[in-house]
Amino acid sequence: MANYLLIDFGSTFTKLCAVNTEECEILGTASDFTTVETDINDGYDKALEKLYKKIDRNIKFEQVIACSSAAGGLKMAAIGLVKELTVEAAKRVCLGAGAKVDLVFSHHLNQSEVHQIIDKKIDIILLAGGSDGGNSESVIYNAEILGKLGVKIPIVFAGNKSAQDQINEIFGKYEMNGYICDNVMPNINVLNVNSAREKIREIFLKQIIEAKGIKKIENFINQVILPTPSAVLEAAKLLAEGYLDEEGLGEVVVVDIGGATTDMYSICSSTKRSDVIIQGLEEPFAKRTVEGDLGMRYSAPGIVKSLSEREINFINKEKGVDIVSEVTKRYDNVKLLPENSQDEFIDQFLAEMCAYRSMHRHCGRINEVLTPMGKVFNQVGKDLSDVGFVIGTGGVIINSKYQKEILKQTTNILHNPSELRPSDPKFLIDYDYIMAAMGLLSKINPMAALKIMKKHIRPIRGVQHETSK
Amino acid sequence: MCYKNAYKIWRDSLKTIVIGVIGADVHAVGNKIIEYTLTKSGYNVVNIGVLSSQEDFINAAIETNADMIMVSSLYGHGEIDCRGMRDKCIESGIEDILLYVGGNIVVGKQDFSEVKERFLEMGFNRIYPPGTSIDQALKDIKQDLGE
Ligand code: B12
Repeated sequence: MANYLLIDFGSTFTKLCAVNTEECEILGTASDFTTVETDINDGYDKALEKLYKKIDRNIKFEQVIACSSAAGGLKMAAIGLVKELTVEAAKRVCLGAGAKVDLVFSHHLNQSEVHQIIDKKIDIILLAGGSDGGNSESVIYNAEILGKLGVKIPIVFAGNKSAQDQINEIFGKYEMNGYICDNVMPNINVLNVNSAREKIREIFLKQIIEAKGIKKIENFINQVILPTPSAVLEAAKLLAEGYLDEEGLGEVVVVDIGGATTDMYSICSSTKRSDVIIQGLEEPFAKRTVEGDLGMRYSAPGIVKSLSEREINFINKEKGVDIVSEVTKRYDNVKLLPENSQDEFIDQFLAEMCAYRSMHRHCGRINEVLTPMGKVFNQVGKDLSDVGFVIGTGGVIINSKYQKEILKQTTNILHNPSELRPSDPKFLIDYDYIMAAMGLLSKINPMAALKIMKKHIRPIRGVQHETSK
Repeated sequence: MCYKNAYKIWRDSLKTIVIGVIGADVHAVGNKIIEYTLTKSGYNVVNIGVLSSQEDFINAAIETNADMIMVSSLYGHGEIDCRGMRDKCIESGIEDILLYVGGNIVVGKQDFSEVKERFLEMGFNRIYPPGTSIDQALKDIKQDLGE
């Protein structure tokens, strides 16, 4: 019997998903609070108990595998040389590996920046800078100062190839925990994510899991293999691209609104048009962005911060609320669950804002340049206009009464021609909250993971009210 | 290993030139010819293409540790597009980089010696009048890069 138990140790909830890969069916799902502060097994055991109430207790699992974003997730510092180039490349690699990028630095590090790395309990440092054969002075300086100030956490060097030997020497000299990878930007504007991303995943697996207190559970679990966002990215990619003769959905966008962050994933090429000139650093086909200032609870103040005084007054008057105090209330009590229609209304509003603003930052921009032969277009970032599906996942969207209103915020509702948002996508919901689990399953049995997703990620149910007002 | 090292030393010894077309300028043909000619002449060419801002040139020069930035401007707005570029280089820590400019850098038939004077004042090292091909500039490049 091909039964698998897939676990997501989330920041708040531990989610279990039992599947049968022969029938391509979900046997059951269950969840409980993540208890990483005490003993991670407590929450896991409770969730498992709930699961056994739904499925046969005698079911044997061939493998039990997990992803995790517990204990703050994978916290990384991205270091590069120039902000728009290697700093951005390093950031994208971290995000693609499923990390939270807590610190971003450019040019020479100073002492206070190194101390921030230590104080913020960063898990892994990605050190980039210089194209191959280009600037090596900066990465050498930075490796040296990290060594001198006694930084012992894993450092992935993915900068100028010509500096590798010297970097290796510095790693040796200060007995640092260093790894050498291919350059994240070997040539100007060329992005190379694979080597560094795989190294980050490998370190996560070998060192970080244990440090986060998740190792304790390994008796039951064969492996914790990925950071959760990385599992979601894998799932989104599989769902978009398909597997062998099982077709995928084509280009997709996935939105996940949480308490502290809003994650946006797009699986598509930068453009399909021949009349545009693309500028800037190459975009990854599978791209993830995370907005640390856009979330429903912990990061709710960030939503208001992005509004002008006038907008705040307008919202307060229009909706008859005091948005600033509502947001503070949510920040002060991150476990708040909506109790009345007013709470629900505010949560809906915040979710819509998260979706709107995170897409604003995720999508590309386009400008016209006029010539006698007609218009030429200048594009920065990814063109999502033709994306066929926008998929909502995460508790906030799954539990909303007005899912469509949230997902609609990712489209061009304000008719801004320069923003390359999805123009006419279909909306799907990850009702059973399985995307992370399917990302895990895709590592063992991609066909089953794809079939299960196609079955369970479905259009918005029934007639949804057009508006929440 | 030995071979790899030799390649590395050779590659690192090449002088690096960042080329591109500045501003909202889309004339792409000359840019390709410049890339071809300079590469063939033994330079490591970093081509950032058309529609490039001053920052794009400077950023590329920093990351690649370039020796020279060669700006093309064909559509006549070169003077506006190039203003302040040297200052930005100084701010960015590449104050010593060579700045070349050529193409059709201003509109129409102005007295070129005046144009040249203004660009020199802006901190450009070499300024070429319309009709100067890249081959004609090769001698200067060799000389300035100390070969
Ligand atoms: C083809 C062309 C276009 C095409 C470009 C297509 C493309 N994507 O490449 C299109 C139709 C889009 C176009 C548009 C425009 N064009 Co036009 N175009 C031309 C044309 C006919 C040929 C350019 C070309 O490819 N030449 C061949 C290449 C090999 O030569 P090159 O570009 O000059 O480059 C060489 C040298 O200049 C030199 N060089 C270049 N940079 C540098 C730098 C250094 C340091 C050195 C040493 C040498 C050097 O080396 C290069 C290789 O040998 C020229 C006229 C001409 N005959 O030059 C006008 C011309 C350049 N365009 C002109 C104009 C005005 C325009 C428009 C503004 C027209 C308008 N009113 O809309 C627009 C601007 C669009 C924009 N935003 O950029 C003017 C510029 C006038 C000026 N500067 O005073 C020209 C000179 C025509 C004219 N006589 O009026 N154009």
